[in-house]
Amino acid sequence: MFQQRPIGGVFVQPKSVNLNEYRVVDEPFYQASGDEVGVFDSCYRNGLPVLLKGPTGCGKTRFMEYMAWRLGRPLVTVSCHDDLTASDLVGRYLIKGGETTWIDGPLTQAVRSGGICYLDEIVEARKDTMVVIHPLADDRRVLPIEKLGTLIEAPPEFCLAISYNPGYQSVLKDLKQSTRQRFVALEFDYPKPDLEAAIVARESGLDRTTTELLVRFAGMTRNLKGSGLEEGASTRLLVHAAKLIAAGVTPVSACRSAIAQALTDDHEMLTAVNELSSSIF
Amino acid sequence: MPTIAQIEAWLDQILEVEFSFRNTAEAVRQISRLAEQDQHYVISWVRRVASTNVELGYQYALHVHHALVLMERESVEAWALHAMDTYDRSGLRPALQVIWEVDDFIRINRERAIGCVLQEHERVLTGFLRGLSGRKLKIQSAEQIYTDTETLFLPPLLAILPSPEQNFLLYKVMITALWAQTRFGTFRTNLGETLATHPNPQRILALFQCMENLRLEAIIARELPGLYRQLDELRSALGEPPLPEIWEPFRQRVSQRDCSARDVLMQVCVMPESVQPYNAFAYQGVLLLDQVDARITARLEREKALFRIKLKMLEEELREQSGNQSEKRTDGSRFGKREIRPEERPEELQVEILLHDKPLPLPDDIKELITSITLDLGEIPDDYLQPAGPGEYDPALLQQDNALDQDVWQGSYHEEGAFLYQEWDFRRQHYRKDWCAAREKSVEPVYDGFAEQTLEKYSGLVKQLRRTFEAMRDENRLLKRQTQGDSVDLDALVEALADARDGREMTDQLFARQHRSERNIAVLFMVDMSGSTKGWINTAEKESLVLLCEALETLGDRYAIYGFSSISRKRCELYHVKHFCEHYDNEVRARISGIRPHDYTRMGFAIRHLSGVLTEVDARTRVLITLSDGKPDDYDGYRGEYGIEDTRRALIEARRRGIHPYCITIDEQARDYLPQLYGPAAYTLVDEVAALPLKVSDIYRRLTT
Ligand SMILES: Nc1ncnc2c1ncn2[C@@H]1O[C@H](COP(=O)(O)OP(=O)(O)O)[C@@H](O)[C@H]1O
Ligand SMILES: [Mg+2]
Repeated sequence: MFQQRPIGGVFVQPKSVNLNEYRVVDEPFYQASGDEVGVFDSCYRNGLPVLLKGPTGCGKTRFMEYMAWRLGRPLVTVSCHDDLTASDLVGRYLIKGGETTWIDGPLTQAVRSGGICYLDEIVEARKDTMVVIHPLADDRRVLPIEKLGTLIEAPPEFCLAISYNPGYQSVLKDLKQSTRQRFVALEFDYPKPDLEAAIVARESGLDRTTTELLVRFAGMTRNLKGSGLEEGASTRLLVHAAKLIAAGVTPVSACRSAIAQALTDDHEMLTAVNELSSSIF
Repeated sequence: MPTIAQIEAWLDQILEVEFSFRNTAEAVRQISRLAEQDQHYVISWVRRVASTNVELGYQYALHVHHALVLMERESVEAWALHAMDTYDRSGLRPALQVIWEVDDFIRINRERAIGCVLQEHERVLTGFLRGLSGRKLKIQSAEQIYTDTETLFLPPLLAILPSPEQNFLLYKVMITALWAQTRFGTFRTNLGETLATHPNPQRILALFQCMENLRLEAIIARELPGLYRQLDELRSALGEPPLPEIWEPFRQRVSQRDCSARDVLMQVCVMPESVQPYNAFAYQGVLLLDQVDARITARLEREKALFRIKLKMLEEELREQSGNQSEKRTDGSRFGKREIRPEERPEELQVEILLHDKPLPLPDDIKELITSITLDLGEIPDDYLQPAGPGEYDPALLQQDNALDQDVWQGSYHEEGAFLYQEWDFRRQHYRKDWCAAREKSVEPVYDGFAEQTLEKYSGLVKQLRRTFEAMRDENRLLKRQTQGDSVDLDALVEALADARDGREMTDQLFARQHRSERNIAVLFMVDMSGSTKGWINTAEKESLVLLCEALETLGDRYAIYGFSSISRKRCELYHVKHFCEHYDNEVRARISGIRPHDYTRMGFAIRHLSGVLTEVDARTRVLITLSDGKPDDYDGYRGEYGIEDTRRALIEARRRGIHPYCITIDEQARDYLPQLYGPAAYTLVDEVAALPLKVSDIYRRLTT
């Protein structure tokens, strides 16, 4: 497979990894909605991969940070996009000072060091990434590195988590059954109103009264899902708006720039969303 | 400057004086008095109006000078276009009214300038309404302001306040008030029965409206403080009198958080005689109980059925997911519910559905149903939690809305339920609004082995086609001299090593990388099914489609096939052969075989409709390929320049929507207008079946490289 290696006296040295920089040192703030922490704990202990389902900005990444901190493992997060290939995950050769060196990709690093690898929005990635994910996600728990002709066995500390937003229902971007069925699914949604208001207040320093109104406004935009908007406002957008308001921006314009503009470019829907926020504040 | 004789000659010709004996003397006299550029302007507009109807053009010529005195040119044009639109919609009489009553037009225009037209803001207002929560309501224009609990009825135009912004706000407040009725239980009372048994039902109804309005206002003040402020501002802008003193204590009573519509009704029934209903505020609607009852009755039955069927489906889905685990539970699923009513906001009922005492994550459609049901009943009754038994409900009950559509298009061709499309009138230099009524039908499948025979007949070609298309599959390109990649670029490395030996700096661009251009195309074939394709063209179309499907299947791209045909603008038909989501199966093959020549070739509506279908597919590249004999032609004047110009417009509209239109013409001779329609590169002429699929592969290649 790997005849190129000796060419011109270039040598390859698999680099050993140290993921200390990926350790989550301070406890992240995560407000649990149900028993997700317990379920993830059990998955981790049993070496089961986890699928986080839910709309964007509802706390999945934060949850992973929290779990990594709780379990004391480094967290390697990869945001998948449509150019992301298996090599981007596993690794590739680079030239440094006239030498060819193999560089581990993030997934390989996580496997070698027994970290947690979180592949965000997995359906965005190219289909060939599944080839490396599948053997890691079933009871083999191995990572094939074709370029090196090796197989790495994942240590018990390693954990694979992927996320997926079932909201975008498109034939192209659907998670295949063969993938889905390898994972334990945890369902995420926007937190209940009072929890969400508490989260937004805590994240932004804004008072509870205003954050409650913000959450109510978010509810309105979520009602519009399927009636002109693809998605409603996420918790993340609420935190953004809350930070603006805390910094002195009026609620209506904070909602316009941090939320409405992020949700749509459609002029009429923008107007409608702005009318909603001006009804609340 | 044209002479009087010239003007007369023009008008006589445009207005067909020779056949109609119209007297153009007066019009000529008036036009001759205008400034020269006005004269040319008027003559060209007389021509445009007369292209719609000669009499209308004649009357226009007689009245236009008056209009020019009263209005800016822009408004004069709007007036003429309005007259032509009126002619399209309602005929000559009403159109002549528009011409004669210039003053009316001006008044209405002024109202429009300060007013707010519902139709123009419908999307924004509907968006606002849908955001408010509760059942998904619709907006419709009507004389009275009211709701039947599914639709809000609002006046078509509001010009009560001095600016469009304020009138828009008034709509917003009206909408909120009607929405609040559906959302906060106005109809969850036994008002109807109370009225039926009361000696003075009018008074009770009027008092109830007043008092309920106060209750809802208090809720709006709590829930939507911003909107309540706007409501207050409007009220003073309208100069509305304050609430009569005597009502004040009642207002306070119904403003309590826990006051319900039932409490309001109870209080109304014991209201002292001294209290008189106050005059309704401008935004306030009326209660039309009959309309409401009819809706609720129908909905209750339908939604109960739907809810129980969806529970059943949910149950099956869950069983499938958990595999064997749940087979132990042979007792069936026990659904339960948990109702949470936050103390702070008692209107905010949250219902969770439990399965074996654990809350279930619910899909959106079930959540919507729960919302609608609790708005009617205040809860999910226990008997709703019993999943539907097999065959328990008549499917007709569930497809109520669809059934309506069905009726419409099986019946005669009135416009209701059809897709309405505009059409470009080149003489008028303007669109005719809602001009074509289009409907989707399906081609009747014919199972006669046509596809198999075609494949046999062209077996050599099929092999070649498969190879051509397979070669396009997943086009991999090797990118060289990259800084990173999957393999080493030997040439680059050799050069680099040589460089290094010579002491020069060594490049790091030493890798080769596979670049996969993932095609993300959706193609829609729009097939001419007009009468003129009868004979070999029809056969050629069908054979080509079979070959194409065969080839496209190897690519795995999404494609759809629709036929089109028409007889006049009122009967424009699209025939579904294959939807995007359908597989190429026996039924599709049989539908291809069932493609028959029908009537005429109106191209515009088909392009517009199918552009819409295409934009709904999630794809990076959208392609519309017309297979036709290339003659836009319908019997109500859709021919010659008119048909070509409308088709050209429709294609421009499609391109604006990001669609790539192509045309493959099956004919023996080229049409000179085709390059003008599609652009020289986007149309081809094909005179035999064998060539067509190859042309399609050309189009594909052009799009992907
Ligand atoms: N349960 C939660 N606890 C704490 N913060 C949260 C929670 N949910 C959402 N957030 C806030 O929302 C932001 C976006 O969440 P994130 O985890 O990035 O979303 P996702 O990964 O689901 O797209 C976070 O940065 C955090 O401020
Ligand atoms: Mg995230």
